[in-house]
Amino acid sequence: MNLILFTFIVLLGFTSYYFGRRKAYTIQSSKKRLTALPQFYGYYLAIWCAIPAFIIFSLWAIFEPTIVKLLVLSDYSNQGYLDDELNLIYEKTKSLSRGQFTGEITPFIEASAEKYLSLRSIAQSSKAVIVLSIIIASVAYAYKRISSNSRTREPVEKFLNAVLFTASLAAILTTVGIVFSLIFQTIDFFKVIPLFDFVFGTHWYPAKAFVRDSSEALDPTMYSDTFGAVPIFAGTFFIAFIAMCVAIPIGLMSGIYLAEYASTKVRQYAKPLIEILAGIPTVVYGFFAALTVGPFLKELGTSMGLEVSAESALAAGGVMGIMIIPFISSLSDDVITSVPQSLRDGSYAMGATKSETIKRVIFPAALPGIVGSILLGVSRAIGETMIVVMASGLAANLTFNPLESTSTITAQIVVILIGDQAFGDPKTQAAFALGMSLFLVTLCLNIVALRVVKKYREKYE
Amino acid sequence: MKKNGVKMIKIKAKNVDVFYGKKQALYNIGLDIEENQVTALIGPSGCGKSTFLRCLNRMNDVIDICSVKGEILINDFNINDKSCDVVRLREKIGMVFQKPNPFPKTVYENISYGPTIHGMAQSKQEMDEIVETSLKKAALWEEVKDRLHEPGTGLSGGQQQRLCIARAISVRPEVILMDEPCSALDPIATAQIEELIDELKKEHTIIIVTHSMAQAARVSQNTGFFHLGHLIEHGSTDKIFKNPDNTKTQDYITGRFG
Repeated sequence: MNLILFTFIVLLGFTSYYFGRRKAYTIQSSKKRLTALPQFYGYYLAIWCAIPAFIIFSLWAIFEPTIVKLLVLSDYSNQGYLDDELNLIYEKTKSLSRGQFTGEITPFIEASAEKYLSLRSIAQSSKAVIVLSIIIASVAYAYKRISSNSRTREPVEKFLNAVLFTASLAAILTTVGIVFSLIFQTIDFFKVIPLFDFVFGTHWYPAKAFVRDSSEALDPTMYSDTFGAVPIFAGTFFIAFIAMCVAIPIGLMSGIYLAEYASTKVRQYAKPLIEILAGIPTVVYGFFAALTVGPFLKELGTSMGLEVSAESALAAGGVMGIMIIPFISSLSDDVITSVPQSLRDGSYAMGATKSETIKRVIFPAALPGIVGSILLGVSRAIGETMIVVMASGLAANLTFNPLESTSTITAQIVVILIGDQAFGDPKTQAAFALGMSLFLVTLCLNIVALRVVKKYREKYE
Repeated sequence: MKKNGVKMIKIKAKNVDVFYGKKQALYNIGLDIEENQVTALIGPSGCGKSTFLRCLNRMNDVIDICSVKGEILINDFNINDKSCDVVRLREKIGMVFQKPNPFPKTVYENISYGPTIHGMAQSKQEMDEIVETSLKKAALWEEVKDRLHEPGTGLSGGQQQRLCIARAISVRPEVILMDEPCSALDPIATAQIEELIDELKKEHTIIIVTHSMAQAARVSQNTGFFHLGHLIEHGSTDKIFKNPDNTKTQDYITGRFG
């Protein structure tokens, strides 16, 4: 029903566009000069069709359920039901009307369900009638109004501006919403677990919180020594460090090769090939690390007489580094290529060789951009989840031995939130606290990276 | 400069052809350049004068698709020969570009760049001396002596171009190539550079590409006129400007085309 209505409105939109344009042509043919191109007259009418439709649809979506509910439950008023009970009755009514109700059907509820259905269908048809009549009225009004000297271009441009603004507003509001939900849950968490214990505690053992029966009263003292985040912060930075040890040298050198040494032909093929690495899903990297690299390192270590865990930080970090190579390589390639040719010429003309030119002129000039690309790589390394979950183990060991297993913030969030969760439980809220810390770290890194990149741009533009 | 009444030839170009891919840019250029004189190369845009200039220090090597044929003798040594060391060549043949292109480093580092890569200074003192004399020769010392350690990119356009000239002379080249060095500068800065060119020719051989006929007449002793990849006419500036042999030269100089 809604779909048909919607199609109908879209068709109406096209028709009004057509009529608007036709009227413009008619005006034109009577040797009058238009204030805008004929299309604008068409768009103008289409907008007069779209806006009322949109407003009515959204109002309906907001108010219809409430009004229907009020009307259905009006039969039960003055019978002494509590609000909760009324809600329950309404839910039963709705599921019965969908034919999904499995409990005992009382005549009362059956009557309400029928009433509910009839109300819904009345609402639907009245919506269709109202929307269509208002649209036709508004388009007709606008159609009468447009003439040779009416302004159509400005309203159309304003409308586009408003649409684009709404789109960016939606993106921003979503971000703000997510951040706020993080903040409130985090605050709740720190009401139970002291901030100090979280930031400086060295023992992370959330499994202890799992054993609590949720019907028991919350006793903060039982969580002492459970949510000390130091081991997983350390693990996160340690694995990110290993990853960057792999990614920075390889990425940077391949970036320099692509930008300065590779011939156009090699570059044409090599660059997309390297960028394919960026397109591999992280879960694939994850099992590559867990099933190929991890066991390989373990065997290699054993043959050298070292004790290597099958889920070592080295395997996870190394594979994560490979994942980050294309980011650093591609970004630093772009940055190096954008260093003006005149600087290269200047250096070559002084008799400098290629490597001297790169070392003394191009690299320093491109440095801010390269630093920016590295920081973006680091923030990816810290936020990476799948590889760590699969390859580096889930026990939070406080260790800096790359051959042992360790865990990261992201992996712990996964551990905590997999399976059933109880809201309002410190165990679940711990995930929010971890998410918040992660968010803060990557936010800072991104801000610094963007600042640095911007500074670089100012220098040459 | 004459020795025993004979003009000394610094650079001798013979049968030089240049190609960009399949497109020929220069046809059979033969040109002698006299030592310690200023030679101006003039001609309409795209005539190949800059390409010729870039042949003289093999800067065309940087462009993949560019190939140079023929002989260019500098001090009787063919620089297009395989045995030619480009690093040494460019140490001897300095270059100044159309747009000032100081490195994004300090004034001091801009000058010390060449001497450092050629290992010309053994101590900090020697380097300081090279920097000071280069800047003095480029008539820039008085303006920047208090800001040697500030970025070279912060100077004005004219100052930047003189900084680039100082950078070029820091390695004591025998020849300085200038590719329209004043085209991005205002008249005052242009006058300063022209004065400087006159001063520099005492120690260096200078070849300057210019679009300004007046500039060629003011600064040069010899002039070559290029058109569509051919060297139409060359000779003393006096003769080219007052009494050219070729009607094309005549037309270009009097502003009838170009």
